Amino acid sequence: MTEVSPHVDGNSLAGPLSDIFAVDMTRAWWRCPDCGSTGPLAELHVYGPDPGLTARCAGCDRVALRLVRHEQDTWLTLGGAEGAFRFRTAP
Amino acid sequence: MPLPWRTARLVGRADETATARTLVLDAPGWPGHLAGQHVDIRLTADDGYQAARSYSLGAPADGTRLELGVEPVTGGEVSPYLADDLPVGASVEVRGPLGNWFVWRPEQEEPVLLVAGGSGVVPLMAMVRAHRQAASTSAFQLIHSVRGEADLWYREELGRPDPALDVRFLYTRKAPPGSTRPAGRLTAADLEPALKRLTPAGTVYVCGPTGFVETAADLLTSAGQDPATIRTERFG
Ligand SMILES: Cc1cc2nc3c(=O)[nH]c(=O)nc-3n(C[C@H](O)[C@H](O)[C@H](O)COP(=O)(O)OP(=O)(O)OC[C@H]3O[C@@H](n4cnc5c(N)ncnc54)[C@H](O)[C@@H]3O)c2cc1C
Ligand SMILES: [Zn+2]
Repeated sequence: MTEVSPHVDGNSLAGPLSDIFAVDMTRAWWRCPDCGSTGPLAELHVYGPDPGLTARCAGCDRVALRLVRHEQDTWLTLGGAEGAFRFRTAP
Repeated sequence: MPLPWRTARLVGRADETATARTLVLDAPGWPGHLAGQHVDIRLTADDGYQAARSYSLGAPADGTRLELGVEPVTGGEVSPYLADDLPVGASVEVRGPLGNWFVWRPEQEEPVLLVAGGSGVVPLMAMVRAHRQAASTSAFQLIHSVRGEADLWYREELGRPDPALDVRFLYTRKAPPGSTRPAGRLTAADLEPALKRLTPAGTVYVCGPTGFVETAADLLTSAGQDPATIRTERFG
């Protein structure tokens, strides 16, 4: 492997999101409100570094979700909006 | 219920290429998985610092046995350690199985085209093995792009004749003597014969480095393959 990419695969969110959701989120269908691209969450581009992850539209870079892990909590923001949900994800 | 982190012990390591390794882990309590799924591996340093990375499972479910294929990334935090330094008998934490989208299920009857760049062959090999294990007669084609012959993974196993599997190697830097195709990156011409044999309902799985996956996906859609039938996984 030689090519270095600034983003990783949407599939890499499967583990972190399994702390919050009971269903596998990589299959969740998403439609970009800006460019109209559609597809599963697995196809989003994910920017790090961990523990702060931002998933963006592969077509136009619009933010689809943000996930930040801090101590026992995971903060989740859906879309590019402000305001995050806080989940207690570690004992 | 969140998936638990389980303790898994490294029970075996084998060379795939000069740098890539197959790792075999024993993960008590493992619930099983589908071909194409991955795990997250978490390492904890003495000072409590943790790093987690995703690794695809290279073989179908087999009790508590997990097989990974790791290509070390120069300067990487996790992959060089897993590939060469983690001692056999030592433990790591593993969480999974993860991802239900980039998977092949034995019930799938449509023809399948697998396109692998380098270590991207790992989850596709799990599909090839699951297909063989299920004695599935659905047509399977694998195109594996590697730099040269020395970079071939699973060489012996993929070389074994299998009437339901068609394997093609593409060399990007150095083609072996006698090759009719000159060394070079994946092109539309490389995909054309494979796409002809894939009915419109066939599924394509593409895995490898991000640049490779994006090129392959663009070539496939330009050749008329419906984007809804293409599943990709980018390793970074
Ligand atoms: C769903 C999924 C499945 C994966 N399966 C496998 C697998 O089966 N086998 C495997 O070997 N890897 C796999 N990967 C990649 C793996 O998760 C790590 O990204 C990789 O091992 C590098 O981790 P690191 O800690 O060594 O490097 P890091 O410390 O994360 O990165 C070091 C440097 O290398 C760059 N870099 C990171 N990843 C890559 C890469 N893949 N290629 C080139 N440069 C990179 C970074 O930008 C950084 O500059 C998978 C990734 C995903 C998302
Ligand atoms: Zn968009």
